[in-house]
Amino acid sequence: MALLAVDNLSVKFTRRGKPDFQAVDGVSFAVSEGEVVGLVGESGCGKSVTSLALMGLLGDHGVSVGGNATFDGIELLKLRKDAMRDLRGRDMAMIFQDPLSSLNPVVPIGIQVTEILTRHRGMRGEAARKEAADLLDRVGIPDPTRRLREYPHQMSGGMRQRALIAMAVACAPRLLIADEPTTALDVTIQAQILELLKELVDSEGTALLMITHDLGVVAGLCDQINVLYAGKVVENAARRNLFAAPTHPYSVGLLGSIPRLDAPRGEPLTPVRGSVNDNIDWADGCAFAPRCDHYTIECLQGPPALTETYTGHGYRCVNPVIDHTAPAVSDTEANS
Amino acid sequence: MSTKTDKIDRLAELTAAKRTDQGHGESLWREAFKRLRRSPMAIAGTIVVGIFIVIAIVGPYIAPFDPVSQTWGDEVFPNKNTFVGPRAENWLGLDHLGRDQFSRMVIGARQSLMVGVVATLLGFAFGALLGGIAGAAAGLGKRWGRRLDTVLMRFTDMMLAIPALLLAVSVAALMGQSLATVMIAVGVAQVPIFARLLRGSMLSQAHSDYVLAAKATGIKRRRIVLAHILPNSMGPVLVQATLTLATAIIDAAALSYLGLGSPDQSTPEWGTMLADAQRFLSGAPQLAIYPAVAIIITALGFTLLGEAMRESLDPKLRK
Repeated sequence: MALLAVDNLSVKFTRRGKPDFQAVDGVSFAVSEGEVVGLVGESGCGKSVTSLALMGLLGDHGVSVGGNATFDGIELLKLRKDAMRDLRGRDMAMIFQDPLSSLNPVVPIGIQVTEILTRHRGMRGEAARKEAADLLDRVGIPDPTRRLREYPHQMSGGMRQRALIAMAVACAPRLLIADEPTTALDVTIQAQILELLKELVDSEGTALLMITHDLGVVAGLCDQINVLYAGKVVENAARRNLFAAPTHPYSVGLLGSIPRLDAPRGEPLTPVRGSVNDNIDWADGCAFAPRCDHYTIECLQGPPALTETYTGHGYRCVNPVIDHTAPAVSDTEANS
Repeated sequence: MSTKTDKIDRLAELTAAKRTDQGHGESLWREAFKRLRRSPMAIAGTIVVGIFIVIAIVGPYIAPFDPVSQTWGDEVFPNKNTFVGPRAENWLGLDHLGRDQFSRMVIGARQSLMVGVVATLLGFAFGALLGGIAGAAAGLGKRWGRRLDTVLMRFTDMMLAIPALLLAVSVAALMGQSLATVMIAVGVAQVPIFARLLRGSMLSQAHSDYVLAAKATGIKRRRIVLAHILPNSMGPVLVQATLTLATAIIDAAALSYLGLGSPDQSTPEWGTMLADAQRFLSGAPQLAIYPAVAIIITALGFTLLGEAMRESLDPKLRK
C-alpha cells in the first residue's frame, strides 16, 4: 500500500460577495516509499493548494476540504489539529519555493534548526546544536558550526535552500513535499538541490512529492507524474510514458513550450495559447477547451472522464492527441 | 555529495566570505545600525539628542545660578515693562521675577527629558502589551482569540478617537496636578498608537512565508508567535518610540503651558516657562522664544533620529 494515498481531494475557497472558487477538484494520486511523484501544472492550477491541504496548513476560514487522504493509514484530513502538528515536521515535512522568505530573517539559522529538534526529538542545548551542525553538513553546507550562528541574509540562495532541506529532513520524515524547491534558484544551484533531494530519496527511502511547473525538473527526478489543470488531474503516467506519449493536449502544449537549444536562431517559442482566465467551468466541459487546438463540440458535453490505458497511463480528454484505444499506435512505440 | 559540487560550494563560500568579511555573524539590527551611522539625518539627530541628554544630566552642575532664587528681583519690573536682556552675567537675561534665564533653561532640560522618556516608556510598555496580546490572540486563530482581539482593538479605537492632547488633559484633570500626572497623561495618549502598530505589524508578519514554513515543521503556535512573529514585528514599534519621544516632549510642554503641569515651582520646566512668558510677550518676547526654540530643537532631534531609524530598518532599502 502506498505511503500517501490521496483520493478525490477537493479544496474550495468560499469568498464573500464572490462565487466560490474550486482550487482543487477531485485530485487522486499515491506516493510510495522511495518514490518521487510529480505534480505539474502552471500557476493557479492547484498544485500548492494540494500540498498545503495535505499538510493541514490551509487555515479554517473560507476553506472547505473534501475527499480523503491517508498517510500510513492515518486520515490526514480528519486528524485533530494537535495530532496534525505532531505529524508535521516529524513524519511529513515540506520544502518551500522561496528559501529567503521561508527563513525567519531575524533568527539565526541554528536556532531555526534546533527548535525543530527540540519540538519533535526533545533535543536541547549542546546535543541539539551538534545534531543541527550534522544536519547542515549532511545537506552539503560547508563549515556548519559557523553557519549555525549566521542569519539567513548572510547565506547564498543555494545555501538557504540547503538549510531549509536540512530543517525538513531533521526528523527523518517519511514523506517530503517539495513545493517548487528550485524555482527561486539559478540553474547550477537547481541541479545541486535536485541531486541532493534525489540522494535523500535513494538513501533514506523517503517518499517525495515534487510540485513544480518545470518539466525539466520532472524529467530528471520523478517516477510518476500527474499533470494538473484547473484543479483536476488531466494526465497521469509514469515518466517514460508521459514524455514518450503525451496524450492530453495540455501536456503536449507544456512539452512543446520548453525552449530547445537545437531550435534555429530567432525561432519564436511556442506557448500554450491563452491564459487560465479563459477556462470554462469543469461542469460545462473541459476547462482547457478554449485554449485547446484539438477542441471539438464534444469537449463541451460535461466534464470529461479519466480514461486509463492498460499501462496505467490516464488522461482526461475526449480528443486525445494519441489515440490509445486504436490498435498498434503509441504504447509499443513509446516504450521502444 | 559529490566532490565536484563540494568544490563549487567551497568556492562560492570563499567568495561570499571575502565579500562580507567584516560583516560576519552580523545580525539584522547591527546591519541596520551600520546603515544608521552613515545617514546624515541620523548623525544630525544623534548630535542634537546627545547634547540635550548631556545637558539634562549635568545641568544642575553647570548651571551658573540657582534657578529659583530671585537674585536680581529688583532689576525687573514686569508691570513697568522693564526686563533685562542677555548680558555678561546672565547669558540669556532675566525672567519676569529676576531669575537667571540660562540656569532655568539648563535645569529645565532634565525635566523635559524625564517626562519624554517616562511617558514614552509608559506608552510603549502598555501599548506593546495591549497590541502584543491582541496580535497574539488574533494569530492563534481560535475563536476566543479573535474575540479578544476585537475587544482590545475596539478599546484602542475608542482611545484613538479622542485627540491625544484632550485625552492627556482629561487624565491630568482627573488625577490632579503633579509631574507623575503629566507623564501618565502623555503616556496614556500614546498607548493606542503603539498597540495598533504592534498588532498590525504582527498580523502582517503572520502571513509571511517563514511563518508558514515554521508551521509546516509542526512548531507550536505559541512559539511561532513569541520567537518568530514578535521579534520581526518590533522594528516599526521601536521607530515609533523614538518619534514618540519628540511628541511626548511637546505634549508635556503643552500640558504645562495649559497649566496642568507640575505645580512644583522649585524645578523649572520648559512648558511652564513658556506659559509664564506668555503674559510678557510684548515686553520680553525672548522669554518665550528660548524655551520654545529648545522644545522645537529637541523634538526635531528625536524626529530626525526616528526617521533615520525607520529608513535604516526599511526592508526595501536593505541590501
